[in-house]
Amino acid sequence: MEALLTERDTILAAFWMTIRLTAVSALGSLVLGTLLAAMRVAPLASLRAAANCYVTVARNTPLTLVLLFTGLGVGANLGVELSDDIATNNYWLAVIGLTAYTSAFVCEALRSGLNTVPVGQAEAARSLGLGFVQTLRLITLPQAFRAVVAPLGSILIALTKNTTIALVVGVSEASVRMREMIETYGDQVIEIFLGFAAGFVLLCLPMGLLFGWLSRRMAVAR
Amino acid sequence: MSYANLYETPGPRGIRRNRLLAGGVALVLLALAYVVYVRFDAKDQWTAEKWTPLLRGDVWATFILPGLAGTLGAAVAGVILAGLFGLVFATGRLSEHRWIRVPAAAVVEFFRSVPLLLLIFFAFFGSYVLIGVNISAFAAVVFGLTLYNGSVIAEIIRAGVQSLPRGQAEAAYAIGMRKGQVMRLILLPQAFRAMMPAIVSQFVVLLKDSALGLIVGYDELVDRGLNGIAANFSNVIPAAILIAAIFILINLSLDRLAHRLGAAR
Repeated sequence: MEALLTERDTILAAFWMTIRLTAVSALGSLVLGTLLAAMRVAPLASLRAAANCYVTVARNTPLTLVLLFTGLGVGANLGVELSDDIATNNYWLAVIGLTAYTSAFVCEALRSGLNTVPVGQAEAARSLGLGFVQTLRLITLPQAFRAVVAPLGSILIALTKNTTIALVVGVSEASVRMREMIETYGDQVIEIFLGFAAGFVLLCLPMGLLFGWLSRRMAVAR
Repeated sequence: MSYANLYETPGPRGIRRNRLLAGGVALVLLALAYVVYVRFDAKDQWTAEKWTPLLRGDVWATFILPGLAGTLGAAVAGVILAGLFGLVFATGRLSEHRWIRVPAAAVVEFFRSVPLLLLIFFAFFGSYVLIGVNISAFAAVVFGLTLYNGSVIAEIIRAGVQSLPRGQAEAAYAIGMRKGQVMRLILLPQAFRAMMPAIVSQFVVLLKDSALGLIVGYDELVDRGLNGIAANFSNVIPAAILIAAIFILINLSLDRLAHRLGAAR
């Protein structure tokens, strides 16, 4: 217990990094995932094929490999620099990797949401003279979003836990701090583990409750 | 699934416009590919000595095949143990005894919400303090995979049992079966079949998660492939592409299997 108390500032700083990674990647994945979902239902075969290909690759590659690729491949090998400060640079590389991976899952969730929207909705929109983009933006996507609030919540929770893997890019978030602390305070392993686990439970539990409540509130009554 | 309901079948003008747009999209994609090509070229990523090692038999024998064996070993052990864990805790959560149901629920919910990496660290670095011996990286990885994926599978099986019509259990009780028999002979087999696609998708997750083993020094595919090959030939990007391709191939075949199992019902 003492270890957790004496180190509480560094632990909170590590969890703050976890939260920052989660929030920024979640935002990025939502935008990119929506774009990908729109591409997957587009009338153009080339757009559909591109999005399809991307989603298949991103979903079936381990996140560890994706992050190593952004860190070692894109960062170190191709020399892409997003900031002069190494820590900031690593942070953004991790955000890119997490976003690239998570957006594939967001896309899949949204696509299944689009499937729940009755055909009549799109037909009615077309008979009013709306084009593809208008139909998608004004009629079908908003309903799809409301249908997939709960799955999006699960994706966000998974993303929160997945940020621990950002340690392979050299971002010092919660899992890095936990490993360091186990090495320093070897006699208090259980307390340290339970403390960090509790931190994640505290982050994920309200998210689950919030999204459960939201999904009931936003559900489209049919 | 077709989305033709989102747009009309295009007429002559529409077809022309679509062709034009498709050409535009193709141009943008080509431009992107070109940018990637130039960036790779500027860092000498296309040179033959970066790619040819991936075709050599000794590279496969020293790095890729042992790595694949490590990944599959951890995954198979994880699948078996997670399956058992899931079965036990799903049954526990469905028990009518409060003192079994509540602890089982607590265990499942806890391990579902803790990041897998923390579980692996706990097992790997904490084992000496806890049980007096240092467990191997393999054991730590399998420990984490089992607890995390086992909890998810427990929830899947529980959802499967709950989705069965009540008449199934009632009929079984009516012909004189006992609780254990109803669960074992009637409910679980049907739940398993109904949930097979979801269970197989979870196994895909498990296989991908086994790559976390590299963080505690377990010799699996990402570690042997990426770090091993790249350390010898300094070809991170080609090696990463190859490893990703192997994972995608395995996962897609598992996906297909899941679909077939789902369709077979």
